[in-house]
Amino acid sequence: MSDTQVKLSTFPGGLHLPGHKGISTNKKIGSAFIPSKLVLPLQQHIGESSELLVKAGDKVLKGQVLAKANGYVSVPLHAPTSGTVTNIEEQAVPHPSGLTATCITIETDQKDKWISIEKPSDYKTMDPSALRNRIREAGIVGLGGAGFPTFIKLNPGARTAIDELIINAAECEPYITCDDMLMRERALDVIKGVQIMQHALQAKRCIIGIEDNKQEAYLALQQAQKASNAITIEVTLIPTIYPTGGEKQLIKVLTGKESPSQGLPLDIGIVCQNVGTAVAISEALIDGKPLISRIITVTGNGIKQPGNHDVLIGTPINELIEYSGGYDTNVQQLIMGGPMMGFNLLSDQVPVIKTTNCLLALNENNSSPAMPCIRCGACMDVCPAKLLPQQLYWNAYAKDFDKIQDYNLFDCIECGCCTYVCPSQIPLVQYYRFAKTEIWAQERDKIKSDHARERHEFRLERLEHEKQEREERMRKKKAALQKNKQKTDPKKDAIAEALARVKAKQQNNSVESKNTDNLTKEQQQKIEEINNRRKKQSSVSDKENDALNKPEKNNLTK
Amino acid sequence: MQFNKPTQSSLHNNDTLSVVMLRVLLALLPGTVIYCYFFGWSILFNITLACFTAVISEALMLSLRKRPIQPYLKDYSAIVTACLLALALPTLAPWWLIVIATLFAIVIAKHLYGGLGYNPFNPAMVGYVVVMISFPQYMTQWLTPHNGLDLLQALQLHLWGIMPENIILDSVTSATPIDSIKTGLSLQQPLTEITQSPLFGTVGGKGWEWIATGFLAGGLWLLYKNTISWQIPTSMLATIAIFALIFNFITPDQYAGPLLHLFNGGTILAAFFIATDPVTASTTPKGRIIYAIGIGILTYVIRTWGGYPDGIAFAVLLMNMAVPTIDYYTQPKVFGAKE
Repeated sequence: MSDTQVKLSTFPGGLHLPGHKGISTNKKIGSAFIPSKLVLPLQQHIGESSELLVKAGDKVLKGQVLAKANGYVSVPLHAPTSGTVTNIEEQAVPHPSGLTATCITIETDQKDKWISIEKPSDYKTMDPSALRNRIREAGIVGLGGAGFPTFIKLNPGARTAIDELIINAAECEPYITCDDMLMRERALDVIKGVQIMQHALQAKRCIIGIEDNKQEAYLALQQAQKASNAITIEVTLIPTIYPTGGEKQLIKVLTGKESPSQGLPLDIGIVCQNVGTAVAISEALIDGKPLISRIITVTGNGIKQPGNHDVLIGTPINELIEYSGGYDTNVQQLIMGGPMMGFNLLSDQVPVIKTTNCLLALNENNSSPAMPCIRCGACMDVCPAKLLPQQLYWNAYAKDFDKIQDYNLFDCIECGCCTYVCPSQIPLVQYYRFAKTEIWAQERDKIKSDHARERHEFRLERLEHEKQEREERMRKKKAALQKNKQKTDPKKDAIAEALARVKAKQQNNSVESKNTDNLTKEQQQKIEEINNRRKKQSSVSDKENDALNKPEKNNLTK
Repeated sequence: MQFNKPTQSSLHNNDTLSVVMLRVLLALLPGTVIYCYFFGWSILFNITLACFTAVISEALMLSLRKRPIQPYLKDYSAIVTACLLALALPTLAPWWLIVIATLFAIVIAKHLYGGLGYNPFNPAMVGYVVVMISFPQYMTQWLTPHNGLDLLQALQLHLWGIMPENIILDSVTSATPIDSIKTGLSLQQPLTEITQSPLFGTVGGKGWEWIATGFLAGGLWLLYKNTISWQIPTSMLATIAIFALIFNFITPDQYAGPLLHLFNGGTILAAFFIATDPVTASTTPKGRIIYAIGIGILTYVIRTWGGYPDGIAFAVLLMNMAVPTIDYYTQPKVFGAKE
C-alpha cells in the first residue's frame, strides 16, 4: 500500500526546530554491555510500584521476575542480566527533583545467564486478553516517554471499537534518534509488533507516522511492510514540525480528528503506540523475552562519542556515558530526554529506566535571568493545544490555581514550544508543572480533609443521636414514673396516714414511758449528776476521737 | 558527576526581549529619516532628549525599586517609549515639554504601575495625554515642511525659544493638516477648499504622507518578522477607513476621505507601533481585533467630532482599560474542546 491514501491534516501552532540528529545516527546501534551493577527502581511506569519478590543475597538469572505487578495499573520487573541482589534500599532515581525511591541493586556476574523461557504460542491463535496478559507479564510499558502500562492501552473495553491504531514514529524532539535507528535496523520487528497490537485491538487499520527527516527509516519500514505483506498497515511520511510526535497532534495530522480536551484518543476510537513499544512487544510475543533493555541515544556536544546503544535497564548513567567515550571537558548540563521536554539531572549516579530514551549532555548553560512577561503572545502562536500560555503563566505566578484551570491548564502537554519562543526567556513549562503539582497536592489534601471531616461529622452525628436516644429513654421513664405515681396515689395516702398514726402512737408511748415526773429533789439531782457525767464522758471521747483522727489527716495531707 | 540546574531551557530561538525591541527601533528608522528630511533637525533633537530622559529616569526608578539596572536597561523598552513619544509630540515642542511627558511616561505610567510588563496603560500615550491636557497651547506648534532651519537654529529654538534673525515664528510653524481641516470646517469652508492649502500633499498632509509611508514600510517589516500581530494594525486601519468612507460618501464636503485619515497625523504610526504595544494591548487573537476596532472607532469619533486635534492617544488609553475584560471573554477554543 502506498502512503497516498492517508490525507494529512495539520495541528495548531508548532515550531521548526534545529534537529541536531545527525551527530548520533552515523553509527549502528551498539550492543548491550553489562555494567558492574544494575539499579532497578521498583516503579518505572505510571501506576502502582511493583511488589518485591527477591531479597538481598538472592542469586538471580537474566529474565527472572524480581517484582510482580501490584494492582491493575502495574507491571512486573525482570532482571536484565544474571547476578546477585546486593541490597534493596532507597536510592536516587532519575527525577527532576532528585528524589529517591526503593531500588533493587544487582551485582552482575558477567555471565548473562538466561532463566529458562518458554516460547509463546503463535499470537494469531491467541485470544486478545491472553495476548494482553503476556504483554503485561513481559513488563512492557510505553517506551515513548510516559511509561503507561501498554496492556491497558491495548484494552479498549467491550464497548469501544478501535478504528485505527496509530504508531508514533515521529520522534520530533531534537537530538533524539533512538526510534530512528531502531526503525532502520529492526524494521521487521517493528512491523511484527504492530501486527500483534493490531490483533490485540482488533483494529482494522494502522498508520505509522514518520517525520520526513527520517527518510532512511521510512524506506526500511516500507520495505518491511511489503515483505511482511501487512496490507492493513500504512507507512506515512509527515512534515517535520515539533511537536508532531505528541499523541493528540499526531492523531490530528494522520486522521484529521481532534482527541477530546481532557479525554483520551480512545474516546474517538484510536489507540496510539510508540515504535519502541512495538519492538518490545514483538520480542515478548515471538521470542518470549521480557523488557530488560532498550535503545538509548547518548548525544550532545558534551559527549565525546555520541550514538545509540542497546542498554540494559538499570545501567548507571555514569557507566553508560563512560561506555560512550565519556564527557567533553566543557560539559555543563545533563538532560534525561530531549532538550524540549526532558529534565535536567543533578547527578549521573542514577540508573536508566524503561522510559529513558535519551541522555543529552550539553556544553552550554544559559543562565540569563528571566525578564517580565510582556504579553507579546508569541507563546500563544506556537501552542499546539491552542492555550493562552501568557495567561497560564500569569495565574501560575500569582498562584491563582482556580483561575488557571479556567485557562485549561490540564490541556497543556508541556511540549516547551512557549519556552522556546518566549522573548523574556521565562521558563514557562516549569511554572505549569509547578501549578499542576500544586493542584494535585491540593486535591489530595482536599480528599484527605474531606474524609476527616466526614468522619468527624459522622461522629458528631452519632453522639447527637445517642444523646437524643438517651434523653428519649429518660423522658419515657420519667413519664412512666409520673403515671405510676398518679395511679398509686390513694394507696400511698393510706400508707402515709398509717405511718403518721404509728408515729403519733410511738410519740405518745415514749412520753408515757418516761417515769421522771414525780421525783424528789434528791432523785432529780442524782439524775442531773448522772446526765452531766455522761455528757462529759461523751465530750472527752469526742476529743479523743479527734486527737486520734488528726494524725491520720496529717498523714493524708502529707 | 554532579551538575547544576540551568535556569533557562537549553533551546531558544534567540529572539530575546532586547532583540524584539531593537527590531521595533529599526522599524521606526525609515519613517524617522523621512521626518528628518521634511522637517529638519528638530525631530532628532526631540528623540535624543526623550531618550536621555527615559534612560536616566528608568535607571533611577529601577534603583529605587531595587531591581537590577543593567539587564532592564538592556531591554530597550524605555528607548522605544521615548522614541514613540518624541515622534508623537509636536516638532516644535519646547524641551521641557518633552522632558515632562517622558518623565510621566516612565516614572508614573510605567514604574509606579510595576514596571515593564505590568503597566495597564501605554506609557507613551499617558505622557502624551498629560502634556496635551496641561499645555494645550504648545501642542499645536508643528514645523512647516522644508522650513530651512539649520541644526544650530533648531537647537536655539528648542532650548531657549530664540528665533533666528529674519525668521518669524509664524513662517516656520503651522497646525497639523488634521487640525487645519477642523478649523476650516468650523469656519464653514468646504473640504475641497481646505485641502488646497500648501499644507496638503497628494493624499495626506505634505510630508506627512511620506513619513506615514516610511512607518508603513517599517510596520510591514515587523509583521513579516512576526514581531507584531496582524490583527491590530489591520483592524484599526480598516475601521478608520470604513468610517471615513461612509461619512465621506454621505457628505463629502464635511468629512475627509479614508486616505486623508490614514496618511495624516499618527494613524499609521499608532496602528503599527503604538496600539501593538504588547503589554497594554489585548493578547488573544479575537481580543486584538476587538481592541483595535475600538481604537479605530474612538479615534475617528474624537478626531471628527471631539475637541482635541487628534484622538489616537485617548482612544488607545480608553481601550487599554477594556483589555482585561476583552481578554477574559475571547479565550480561543482549546485543541480538542467541543464547539
